[in-house]
Amino acid sequence: MTDTLTKDHELVTRQRQVAAVQARRLKTLDSIFELRAFIALGVLIVVFSLLSDSFLTVDNLITMTKHVAINAILALGMLLVILKGGIDLSVGSTVGLSGVIAGELLQGLHLSLFDVVAYPRVWAVVVVCIAVGALVGAVNGILVTRLNVAPFIATLGMLYVARATALLISDGTTYPDLAGSPATHNTGFDWLGQARPLGLPVAVWIMIVLAVVITVLLRSTPFGRWLYATGGNARATELSGVPVKRVKTAVYVVSGACAAMAGLIIASELTSAAPQAGDTFELNAIAAVVIGGAALSGGRGNVRGTLVGAFVIGFLADGLVIVGVSTFWQMLIKGAVIVLAVILDQSQQRFQRRRAAASAVAVAEEEPRRGSADRAPADDTT
Amino acid sequence: MTAGVRGSGPAPEGSVPVLRAAEVTKVYGGTHALRGVSLGIAAGRTTVLFGENGAGKSTLMKILSAVEQPSTGHIELDGEAVSFDSARSAADHGISIIHQELSLCPNLSIQDNLFLGREHTRRGLLDRSRHRDLARQVLGRLDRSLDPATLVSELRLGQQQLVEIARALLQRARVLIMDEPTSALSAPEVDVLFQVISDLKADGVAVVYISHHLEEALSVADDVAVLRDGRMVATSRAADVDLAWIVRKMVGRDQDSLYPHREPALGPVALDVNELCVADPSSPGRLSVDGVSLTVRAGETVGIYGLMGSGRTELLECLAGRLPAASGAVRLQGEPLTGDVRHRMGAGLALVPEDRQRDGLVQSMTVGQNMSLASLTRFARRLLVDRRTENSAVASMITDATVKAAGPDAPIGSLSGGNQQKVVIAKAVMTDPRVLLLDEPSRGVDVGSKADVFALMAHQAERGLAVLFSTSEAEEALRIPDRLLILARGRVVADVRPAEITRDRLMSLADGADTTEEAHHD
Repeated sequence: MTDTLTKDHELVTRQRQVAAVQARRLKTLDSIFELRAFIALGVLIVVFSLLSDSFLTVDNLITMTKHVAINAILALGMLLVILKGGIDLSVGSTVGLSGVIAGELLQGLHLSLFDVVAYPRVWAVVVVCIAVGALVGAVNGILVTRLNVAPFIATLGMLYVARATALLISDGTTYPDLAGSPATHNTGFDWLGQARPLGLPVAVWIMIVLAVVITVLLRSTPFGRWLYATGGNARATELSGVPVKRVKTAVYVVSGACAAMAGLIIASELTSAAPQAGDTFELNAIAAVVIGGAALSGGRGNVRGTLVGAFVIGFLADGLVIVGVSTFWQMLIKGAVIVLAVILDQSQQRFQRRRAAASAVAVAEEEPRRGSADRAPADDTT
Repeated sequence: MTAGVRGSGPAPEGSVPVLRAAEVTKVYGGTHALRGVSLGIAAGRTTVLFGENGAGKSTLMKILSAVEQPSTGHIELDGEAVSFDSARSAADHGISIIHQELSLCPNLSIQDNLFLGREHTRRGLLDRSRHRDLARQVLGRLDRSLDPATLVSELRLGQQQLVEIARALLQRARVLIMDEPTSALSAPEVDVLFQVISDLKADGVAVVYISHHLEEALSVADDVAVLRDGRMVATSRAADVDLAWIVRKMVGRDQDSLYPHREPALGPVALDVNELCVADPSSPGRLSVDGVSLTVRAGETVGIYGLMGSGRTELLECLAGRLPAASGAVRLQGEPLTGDVRHRMGAGLALVPEDRQRDGLVQSMTVGQNMSLASLTRFARRLLVDRRTENSAVASMITDATVKAAGPDAPIGSLSGGNQQKVVIAKAVMTDPRVLLLDEPSRGVDVGSKADVFALMAHQAERGLAVLFSTSEAEEALRIPDRLLILARGRVVADVRPAEITRDRLMSLADGADTTEEAHHD
């Protein structure tokens, strides 16, 4: 018996020493993992600037950032939906719908009742388009919260409905000229997509403002906390008296509004609006959120990660074009990067658990062991 | 009763235990679930493991059955150190476990579940008739009324547990580990189980048994082992010990000192329930709660004691707004109480739900964030949460509720069950309610923390809250509340001061034996 005990003890001591070494190694690995999205972005920039002289120029960076901004605006809305534990597949279609409505309004609204053509001001056009995006989101939210349709299905349905609406309104054709005319007081729509206040495109400013607002929303408002809680455990959150249904609906509304904003920027940039615009944009937005470390099951994710995710996707896509990689290879590489990001995220989570466990085992060595009499059979029975 | 009898732990003198845990330590995250635990399991005997929740019983069982691997230390089978990489390979060596949480697929039939992963085949196809015969055979030992073709989703919880047991029997285990096998079984089902256990013992199977019902567990025990805070504090032959000894070992002190009595200072009626009826959510048309009237005054603690199916859960869920009332009225401080959970909380009601994990906590958030979740708008200034007021409210609540945590920023999962429960109660208290409802507040809480939980509850009553809680433990029903309501078949069959009633009387009333309803037994 004594022999066994000594053997057991030696074994345990050895196992603890191993754990201590392991804990140190895992700590280093963990810090590297934490910054993986930034590292990936850095690697992309270095590799592409080595491969092409035109990659790391101010002009190109600004152009790429503008591309990134459109996806980032969608992704920030998507982040909220994903934090809730949902998904919004309808944002790409909403981009198209928003552009089409802008086109319809700028080209002049024919009111048959009064037999006049109305030309709304540009600010009114913007407000209406964003309201339409919010409306699409509200429908998503109502389907999900009141009618208990799974988010994937509800927003898949709206993907088709919103796209179809855009095609019906435009009759499938592109609105060729959104410049407006001084005579109808509706010029200036091109500002959104083409102006560069303080040297940066408006889209980039919108991305920055949105990122700041959503960061504050998530970190410092009751709504943000409720959102994380809903994604973590909706039942418990509801039983805490949180208006869970309203929270859920709100994130779809914000996501729809973000998509409409992106649609406006694209239409303004091209001064034309095609009903097909924004096709499959939802996938890029989801990819950015996921690369940014958010969990599709909800409750985990942040603005910083999502922005970096959007930059990784955008710089990767533009970089590959600049270097001259074929579209087919671009798709393949993008797919691989997305899956790789999720694999890394999973292993980081595993690392964190193992690291905590290993350091706890190692620490146990210093902890004073209770007298072995305590573990021996009790002798205080009467 | 010489020291020699118990000198080498539970295994009989001289024999090598079938299965032995040697100096096993297990760490989850940063928490030690087990610290250097050794335990031998003898063939042909039942070893009962006692310990509070969080003492490490389930963890030890998971390690013995290779569901989890030890952080340090190892497992010996027949005296040889072994390391199984999965529960499957442990099962192949004759070690089976029946989990506390059911691990059945509800969408499959009983027989499909019984043979899941171990299907018998003929020429590559499922041998269904063999499955059916074997399933009939094994079910015959447990519950003859079960048809192997029934979907598991159609079974009561107790029946599902029997299926789980049947699965372990089919694997012809040499070591059978049962983690809370009786928690959902009815009294006759428990008797059947105990018969099965004694048959298995006669066949030389080593049975390891864990249960919260201490008396019941002691009655089947040959050997006992007691865990406390992840350490093995005592082992003995069952014949040499009694219940009081076990409780003392589990808690480290006497049970009587856990629940001090106090005299309540009663205020006006805060909660008034009048002739409340609630339809059975699983079979509408039947009433789960059948004309219940009750009042709770400010400063008063009222307990509801009832067995499973007595309507106690439905009553509390209806009061909280989770189930609609079929008829009757509920008033809070004279105002009618209606609407959903949110409205009722606004009116001054707070609920501590029964299922902490599912309904009480957000696992991805910290202790502090969980605590302030229900009262966040109180800390909002303009639109933003004022972190400083929030943090100080949380910090003082952590002290008041005696939550043992590394701090407000500790992940909720790093806390023991009892401390998690304190967080849920603290969350409810932070909404500053007039009436506090607690559905089985001691469920899954260790004996030591139970005292804290009830002290916290008593403290709220002293502050002038009306406290209404439900319990399925006679001990608590007789010790904790100022007034006790006994519920049987949806009706209040007694409204008494706990001191005025004996344990036997309590049990028989709750069983419905003393009511005229007896004839309606289904």
